Amino acid sequence: MEANTVQQVNPGKTPRVPRKKGSKQPWVLHFMVLPAALLVFIFSYIPMGGILMAFQDYKPALGFADSPWVGLKHFEYMWQNDYFLKITWNTLLFACSKMVMNLIIPFFFALLLNEVRKMGLKRTIQTMVYLPHFLSWVTLSGILIDMLAQTGLINQFLSGVFGIKPIFFLGDGNWFRFTVIVSDVWKEFGFNMIIFLAALSGINPSLYEAAEVDGAGRWKQTLYITIPALIPIAIVVATLALGNVLNANFDQIFNLYSPLIYQQGDIIDTFVYREGLLSGQFSFATAVNLFKSVISLILIVISYRLAYRFAGYRIF
Amino acid sequence: MYHKTLSYRVFSLFNNIFLTAVSVLCLLPLVHLLMVSLSSSAPANAGLVSFWPIGFTLEAYAKTFNNANFLASLWVSVERTVLGTALALIVNTIAAYALSKESRVFRARNIYLWYFVITMLFSGGLIPGYILILKLGLMNSLMALILPGLVAVFNIILMLNFFRTVPKDLEEASFIDGAGQFRTFVSIYLPVSLPVIATISLLVMVGHWNAYFDGIIYIRDSEKLPLATFMQTIIVQADMSKIDSNALVNGTQRTLRASQIFISALPILLVYPFLQRFFVTGIVVGAVKE
Repeated sequence: MEANTVQQVNPGKTPRVPRKKGSKQPWVLHFMVLPAALLVFIFSYIPMGGILMAFQDYKPALGFADSPWVGLKHFEYMWQNDYFLKITWNTLLFACSKMVMNLIIPFFFALLLNEVRKMGLKRTIQTMVYLPHFLSWVTLSGILIDMLAQTGLINQFLSGVFGIKPIFFLGDGNWFRFTVIVSDVWKEFGFNMIIFLAALSGINPSLYEAAEVDGAGRWKQTLYITIPALIPIAIVVATLALGNVLNANFDQIFNLYSPLIYQQGDIIDTFVYREGLLSGQFSFATAVNLFKSVISLILIVISYRLAYRFAGYRIF
Repeated sequence: MYHKTLSYRVFSLFNNIFLTAVSVLCLLPLVHLLMVSLSSSAPANAGLVSFWPIGFTLEAYAKTFNNANFLASLWVSVERTVLGTALALIVNTIAAYALSKESRVFRARNIYLWYFVITMLFSGGLIPGYILILKLGLMNSLMALILPGLVAVFNIILMLNFFRTVPKDLEEASFIDGAGQFRTFVSIYLPVSLPVIATISLLVMVGHWNAYFDGIIYIRDSEKLPLATFMQTIIVQADMSKIDSNALVNGTQRTLRASQIFISALPILLVYPFLQRFFVTGIVVGAVKE
């Protein structure tokens, strides 16, 4: 794109861009970025400076300037804390299971949907499976709490059909984990499928025609044309998901969990919220959050580098 | 022709049935919710309602719309959604336009881009953000719900990627006719980018409507809570004081709660068809780069 606008090239000198009226006034462009830049400075960069309080014993009454510096005290406390290790494990467990499931299930669902030849049916299915993505976890947790209750619809169904005793989906640690992962997949698989459907529509039809001529059935075509065409995009999705290894979805856990199952259900983000804003341990909560942010940052940078190197993926 | 073979037809039949079943599964919880909200309270409390109302009544909806707390929160949500989306749209599209210029034209472009992208990668986190709002004196105000998330870097990137696909000839013609950057943005770029802008504004609206957490930490007065936060306090914190004192006496909490959840999700269900039509094309187009 850039090459075709520069016509003249003076060897040995920096090429001078022919200036037109609009390009004479880049200050207008600065002016256009200014509101966004200012807001980002106030609401993103200033809080980044606030991270320093992870190394203080921040007291609201004393403020930043006068709160005592304590070095790595909060980080040491964090490492010696068994509960911290537990919630880190929970976070990893939730995030990784969701990541794997949200890659595999949309992948196969897209393959199956690709075989639906009636366009009307295909579009109806798409409309229905994308919907849960747009509902908030508050709404969904309202529905889930109701449906998963001991006398709720699901337990009625289970006892009616299989004759099993009511299950505490949200009150038993292991069932809670199961519920969290399944409900997340239920909410997101349709939306995650879009990217695969886009890749499917980009496959050159002549490949299938050639396979047809060679006598390959639909199964062979799927195996040797469709799946190989989807693998690169699946790798990009998986790589980019790496940055989310410590993101177990605050909104979901926060709206479904209860003190009953903290041992199996509490994650770093909910812990930071309770320690920081409910118990007033500002510095400790910030230290825990900083730990998470740093690990995430490293993973994001690695994942984007990998995605760029292997698939040429760039965000801008 | 593979799709004429018997085995493929059998597969196709089962495939269609399976996929339809799974998609219905995505809707059933909402249908159940709606049916509970439309039933009378006794069968609902006894857990008899599944996918058809028993003792059809609109009583729960009538009560919900008489609940002053609910209406106040509904209004706060409308306010924050309209104002928040409008402001976000103005600030983000203008910035995206400037950043879509090549770095030859706009030298600082890459510096600005990194300045924005860094905030996607790293953030101060919950506590410093909370203290900032406290120090700015925005606690308990509508602006605390709007300003912190106003600049959405990801949306800026989507838009600037789209702006870059607009043919350069249009821009040059506009400059030759004597329009400045701002005029070019308003008269050329905005009209041709309407689908992308519509998509992004719908996404921002949905985000505002669904946002509940900022309401929990920044808003103290119950009449200033946005609807999503109000619903969160009812559903998760089981704060019955907000529902309606009559409901406890009459035992109508279950139908009442279902009706409130349904009403709070209704705007999303209403914009969803438009959203769905736009987002696939819009986002995919915005994400394609040269």
